[in-house]
Amino acid sequence: MTLTLGHFLTLGAMLFALSVIGIFLNRKNLIVLLMAIELMLLAVNTNFIAFSHYLGDLHGQIFVFFILTVAAAESAIGLAILVVLFRNKTNINVDELDSLKG
Amino acid sequence: MSVTTGLFYLFSAILLASAFRVITTSNPVHAVLYLVLTFFQASMIWMLLKAEFLSLTLILVYVGAVMVLFLFVVMMLDVNIEEMRVGFWKHFPLAAGLGILIIVEMSAVLLGGFHLDDETTAMAAVANTVGESSNSKALGKLLYTQYIYPLEVATAILLVGMIAAIALTLRQRKDSKAIDPAAQVRVSAKDRMTVVKMTATQPALPIAATDVTPSVESKA
Repeated sequence: MTLTLGHFLTLGAMLFALSVIGIFLNRKNLIVLLMAIELMLLAVNTNFIAFSHYLGDLHGQIFVFFILTVAAAESAIGLAILVVLFRNKTNINVDELDSLKG
Repeated sequence: MSVTTGLFYLFSAILLASAFRVITTSNPVHAVLYLVLTFFQASMIWMLLKAEFLSLTLILVYVGAVMVLFLFVVMMLDVNIEEMRVGFWKHFPLAAGLGILIIVEMSAVLLGGFHLDDETTAMAAVANTVGESSNSKALGKLLYTQYIYPLEVATAILLVGMIAAIALTLRQRKDSKAIDPAAQVRVSAKDRMTVVKMTATQPALPIAATDVTPSVESKA
């Protein structure tokens, strides 16, 4: 029994579904929301690399490289916003972030 | 069952278990540590797919930098864990339903409509990579020739991210007595001292006698 593309795609799908469940479960905790987004990106990257391997095309790995770059910048800015938010409101509860609501 | 297949199932099992712990654990510090484990297993799976450079990059960048950043932020913020757990089980049916829906849809696509002739393409992939010396070299050749402009954009994105993170979190102390050096250098003599012109002697002011004298006379 050898590994096929389906194995890796199934793994990516399960990881993606787990991170969607995580987003719905941890509605209040902004830090865990960011972690679930990182898990989603990991699932997508795994799909890219699996396709890149089984199609013999290196461009998929280049795409993963750029996704990693953007994800690193995103998490850095997201955590900075989180720190500023905690300074201003002394909690990071998503439900209390309704200052812009009219 | 070959060794590679066994390793794939081992890594996948640990990956899914630790990802499950990331989203269900109550302590954010434990969640970050489980996330580190998840990334490590994913990097091992990428290694099975012969993506050595990206696999090592994932460990260096994510486990080494981003997860440590997460850990610092989690430890810096004093969050109330119990308050965060409110409504956790209330959302569970919705979350489980959506997750099962996603899994069913994706497996339907994978099983029904997705027919890639795995054996031949895998052979083609192996044949493609035999001539190349290493994954990193092939990736670098592609990255620095065909993808040079996207690479420049990626560096600009990283620079913008760094500047934005610093600018967002930078704050000055309110009780600081430090003086701006530029203001000190720019200062001229007339800002520090003003010369007031005045005559050498001044005539004595006339005494306002009208208020004082009547009261003294009435007492006498």
